[in-house]
Amino acid sequence: MGVMGINWFKYSSPQAFYPLAGKLAPYFLGAAALLAMVGLYVSFFVAPTDFQQGEAYRIIFVHVPAAWMSMFIYLVMAGWAAVGLALNARLSFMMAQALAPTGAMFTFLALVTGALWGKPMWGAWWVWDARLTSELILLFLYIGYMALQAAIEDVRRADRASALFALVGAVNVPIIYFSVKWWNTLHQGASVSLTKAPAMAAVMLWGMLVMALSFWAYTIAVALLRVRCVIAEREREAAWMSED
Amino acid sequence: MKTLHILRWLLQRDIQLVFRRRSDLVSTLFFFVIAVSLFPLGVGAEPALLRAIGPGVLWVAALLSAMLSLSRLFAADHADGTLEQLLLSPVPLTLVVGVKVLAHWLVSGLPLALLAPLLGLQFDLAARDLGVLTLSLLLGTPLLSLIGAIGAALTLGVRGAGVLLAVLVLPLYIPVLIFGAGAVAASATGMDPAAGLSLLGALLALGVVFAPLAAAAALRLSIE
Repeated sequence: MGVMGINWFKYSSPQAFYPLAGKLAPYFLGAAALLAMVGLYVSFFVAPTDFQQGEAYRIIFVHVPAAWMSMFIYLVMAGWAAVGLALNARLSFMMAQALAPTGAMFTFLALVTGALWGKPMWGAWWVWDARLTSELILLFLYIGYMALQAAIEDVRRADRASALFALVGAVNVPIIYFSVKWWNTLHQGASVSLTKAPAMAAVMLWGMLVMALSFWAYTIAVALLRVRCVIAEREREAAWMSED
Repeated sequence: MKTLHILRWLLQRDIQLVFRRRSDLVSTLFFFVIAVSLFPLGVGAEPALLRAIGPGVLWVAALLSAMLSLSRLFAADHADGTLEQLLLSPVPLTLVVGVKVLAHWLVSGLPLALLAPLLGLQFDLAARDLGVLTLSLLLGTPLLSLIGAIGAALTLGVRGAGVLLAVLVLPLYIPVLIFGAGAVAASATGMDPAAGLSLLGALLALGVVFAPLAAAAALRLSIE
């Protein structure tokens, strides 16, 4: 069977995807736990103590992957929103909806761990650095998306309106990032440079990558479980729902 | 020429409607004046301090007052069914949205921009800075109306639309605020404001093209 022979849209129906999501989620959850154990072991016991920052630097093993995920999940969410608008696929909107809380959670986690790291390093919980500020704005965008989705009663309109907002936000993210960067260089107050990070030991990089993979698996698992909830809520009247 | 005729009629009608209910327009302007006047009372009337915070305060207040009037952009037309007629008309919805945004800017953004230099005097801004302030608001307030139109269309007819609109739109306003207030602050510190103004102009060019498209798509969602 060639590429054309495969039915690419088989799992685009909620009915077909619901059991598949249920089957896949435990594997990703297991992978997330396993990778997190390895990653945390590397970050706490294998990675050497940083000679400048001491032990406090170890929070970056959570902070950096969380920040990566926060931005990546927004892109994936906007991608599902675009697919949903273009192909009129209900499941795509549900995936976008399922991803948003996890993305907001990682954004919040990145901000909190950043503050915890910043206090011993910079002596301040919060610095108006370009990256911190754009991360905060990203959190606002996630909250706006979820608020819009929750405020509209009609599910069809809620899906489309929030998808449109996610896309508008995605177009704006680079503009916001560069404007904040420009603003930051204009107001050279407390000058803290995150960009000139010292060359990192390979072990540290590996620890971070393993943690990132763990977060990745966790995101997929949670999104699958959440999309099952969304499907169950929306299709509760459907005949196939009451069958099993 | 029929399209142009309809669009001109729409522009006249929207402006006329606002002038029939002048109180809305005037209270938005007064909100701007009051919000700006609160800052010296809150932080103290030290001239050096006022000069430093002036550009930012004026811009933030302009942002908030522009946001206040957004919910009126489509709400009345939505309530009395005019919006559905506009959707059915042969004129492309994108152009209709563009004209409605223009009308909205003429009665909300433009007065703000013209009023701002007067308030800038309260913050001891120099004549050159007042000119830059007006110019930056002239470039920036249409952008606020354009971006706001997307939010207004998305939240049309939704419960608690006012707060939701603020949550949606304010993060998207941040680049406008940064470039606008940045240009005035640059001028106040003796630097060239051209960079901020050029970037505002570039954003405005982008906004004029893309924002009506997005707002029209959002309007279609809320009507169907």
